[in-house]
Amino acid sequence: MHLAETVNSGFFFLAPWLVFAPVVGLLINLIFGKRLSETMIGTVASLASGAAFVISVLLAYSVSVNHGEVVRWQLAEWIHIGTLQLDWTFRVDSLSTTMMLVVSGVGTLIHIYAIGYMHEDVRFKNDVGRYARFFIFLNLFIAMMMILVSGDSYLMLFVGWEGVGLCSFLLIGFWYELDTLGRPSWANSNAAKKAFIVNRIGDFGFLIAAFIMFWAFGSFQFDEVFEAAQHAAPGIILAITLFMLIGVAGKSAQIPLYVWLPDAMAGPTPVSALIHAATMVTAGVYLITRSAELYTLVPQAQYIVALTGAVTALFAATIAVGQYDIKKVLAYSTISQLGFMVAAVGMGAFVAGMFHLVTHAFFKALLFLSAGSVILGLERGHHHAEHAHAQAHHNNKHIKGKRKEERQGNAHEEVFDPNDMRNMGGMRKTMPVTFWLYMIGTLALAGIVPFAGLWSKDEILLDASLHYPIVYWLLSIAAFFTAFYMGRQIWMVFFGEPRHAAAAHAEESPRVITVPLMVLAVLSVIGGVLNLPFQGFHNLGHWLEYTLHEVEALPLNLGVAGISTVLALLAIAASWYIYGRNQLRAGEVDPLKQRLGAFFTGAENKWYVDELYHAIIVTPFAKISQFLADVIDWRFWHDWFHETVIAGTYNWVSNIALNRYADQRGIDAVANGLGDVTQWFSTILRKVQNGFVRSYALSVLLGVVLIVGYLILK
Amino acid sequence: MVPVNYYIVLSAILFSIGVVGVLVRRNALIIFMSVELMLNAANLAFVAFSSVIKSFSGQIFVFFVIAVAAAEVAVGLALIVEIFKSKRSIDVDQMSSLKG
Repeated sequence: MHLAETVNSGFFFLAPWLVFAPVVGLLINLIFGKRLSETMIGTVASLASGAAFVISVLLAYSVSVNHGEVVRWQLAEWIHIGTLQLDWTFRVDSLSTTMMLVVSGVGTLIHIYAIGYMHEDVRFKNDVGRYARFFIFLNLFIAMMMILVSGDSYLMLFVGWEGVGLCSFLLIGFWYELDTLGRPSWANSNAAKKAFIVNRIGDFGFLIAAFIMFWAFGSFQFDEVFEAAQHAAPGIILAITLFMLIGVAGKSAQIPLYVWLPDAMAGPTPVSALIHAATMVTAGVYLITRSAELYTLVPQAQYIVALTGAVTALFAATIAVGQYDIKKVLAYSTISQLGFMVAAVGMGAFVAGMFHLVTHAFFKALLFLSAGSVILGLERGHHHAEHAHAQAHHNNKHIKGKRKEERQGNAHEEVFDPNDMRNMGGMRKTMPVTFWLYMIGTLALAGIVPFAGLWSKDEILLDASLHYPIVYWLLSIAAFFTAFYMGRQIWMVFFGEPRHAAAAHAEESPRVITVPLMVLAVLSVIGGVLNLPFQGFHNLGHWLEYTLHEVEALPLNLGVAGISTVLALLAIAASWYIYGRNQLRAGEVDPLKQRLGAFFTGAENKWYVDELYHAIIVTPFAKISQFLADVIDWRFWHDWFHETVIAGTYNWVSNIALNRYADQRGIDAVANGLGDVTQWFSTILRKVQNGFVRSYALSVLLGVVLIVGYLILK
Repeated sequence: MVPVNYYIVLSAILFSIGVVGVLVRRNALIIFMSVELMLNAANLAFVAFSSVIKSFSGQIFVFFVIAVAAAEVAVGLALIVEIFKSKRSIDVDQMSSLKG
């Protein structure tokens, strides 16, 4: 194994600080968090993440001046057992720096946004002390994500992989004793557990892939594995890639393991944006891209990956149509878009996949954060309306205790859900800045010229149309649904008349929230220039070519682009026809339900997948656990084996063999006999000790005579 | 020159007289003198052998024995005085309170 090459130029020595900078930030907040002000906590965390971004920029610059040479910067030895040599080595190449830039760049903007968001969130939930903890978790997440993308071996990648899973768990369950409406319940912590456990299933696949890798190649290091794979049997590579796909399905929320991501929306909105839209869930896409040299060896695996992604993209998009929760719509949209990326990397269109990963990070973070702004605005409006209402009818004392009452579940009126789009409407007027930001995100996601989403999505579609027609059609239909559900959301949230007093009284968010959104909006508009489908504009393609070697630079295909644009426009028009023309009124049934009853009910209920999993996995599992605990452990081991067999036998033996007779006549007699003998012997010996010095002297003389006599006569 | 055997026999006789004195007499002072007799019997044997093997080590040993005997006399006489003070007697057979 060769060590990190020496590089004279560049900032590669900074690579470890990608991880250490966020760790320093989290340590400061961990130690001094209780004494610092909220602004200070947020600033420290944002600076730590910002430092990681600056380092990422410097590393990307260094890679470009070194013409894409892969630099492996060894920080420490990790595991050296026999021939296995694992080190903590940072791999800096064009692919990893792309991920670093996305993670730290979007991450920093979300840190800044969270300063404002969490300020209000901790107050709505009545626990200001949890502010610092949030930023500690966020910084930990950035550090773990950096380990994931910079690792030089599958095992190092796995360390980060598990680390981000932990952060995801901690942040989904951030309000672990509440549900999403702020009532006391285990709903949030159950969502966190669900995410963790479903991810464990995926991680299990990843681990098996790693074990096979080690068994077949004896190494985890990327270059060594790729080198060995060239001469390996296709069956082994197929097994590795398919087990790896299970890991990808877990982390990147693909069929069949996507079910955790919608529930993960229980976390605060910055978490949904950072972890469950922009960065962590793209780790699977990164993993496949990183393993490009394995996947390109086995076309069957590529086909399965592409199909998994495409089916997921369509399936999740249909569910998104039937959701009322503003964040759930975006969650299913994320699953769907991740399906696009997975399909792209499955088809071997790694650049298109990474391109979509980057632009999706921009516009989906924008959408989630704007949705967070909408939710906060609605909460403010709700308080405002409630306050006005209460002042009219009750005295002031009552209101102060009100939030506490609600938290304790004593609220007498129905609980207001600020995430429910049926409570919104007409927010274009009350939150104009957020409205325009949301529009930009929507247009980018729907793929309207010239927003970023169009270019990346069309590149995927174009690749699909050339190689896998089925995937192309699945993705095109998914793109239609994408534009439709986003249109539905826009009409329901921002147009028409307010359907709830809270929406009417909603207030615009402060600048600490809107400014990071504006930056993301600009990126969502111009993000396409990263890789325009024109001669000389394949920037990302050339950049990733350093790592991926063979990159297909596709020209613009007007047919594919035209069809997808027409589909998107048609979908938006359809959404206007259904939701925009006649506005939904409070308490009214969704108009789509009247038109497409069964389809909508299915989508609304997530096609009953959770119920299915519950029936075929959770319930049998619980029954087996119940059986093991009750019948096997308690009744068999405890009641029968321990109580009856062991304790019973013991009692029986002691009653029979050690009864009174044997005890007194046998054991007691031995013990007493020993004592008697000792006493009798001592009465004899006592006579020697007569107290006369001269008799002792005689004994000494006799002893000496005996010994000397023995020595002489020997 | 007197043969060394004579000295050894004399030494043995003196030693035996000392042993018998310790065993049969009850007066602590007499026992004490008998012990001195045994020590000096040993000294005589040391000196005799020393001259036979032409080495000074035996004579040096004798000096140690004399020094230790002097110390022993000092301690022993002090003990006898204390015993006399408490018991008004120096009969060793009366000092048997440690009888088992």
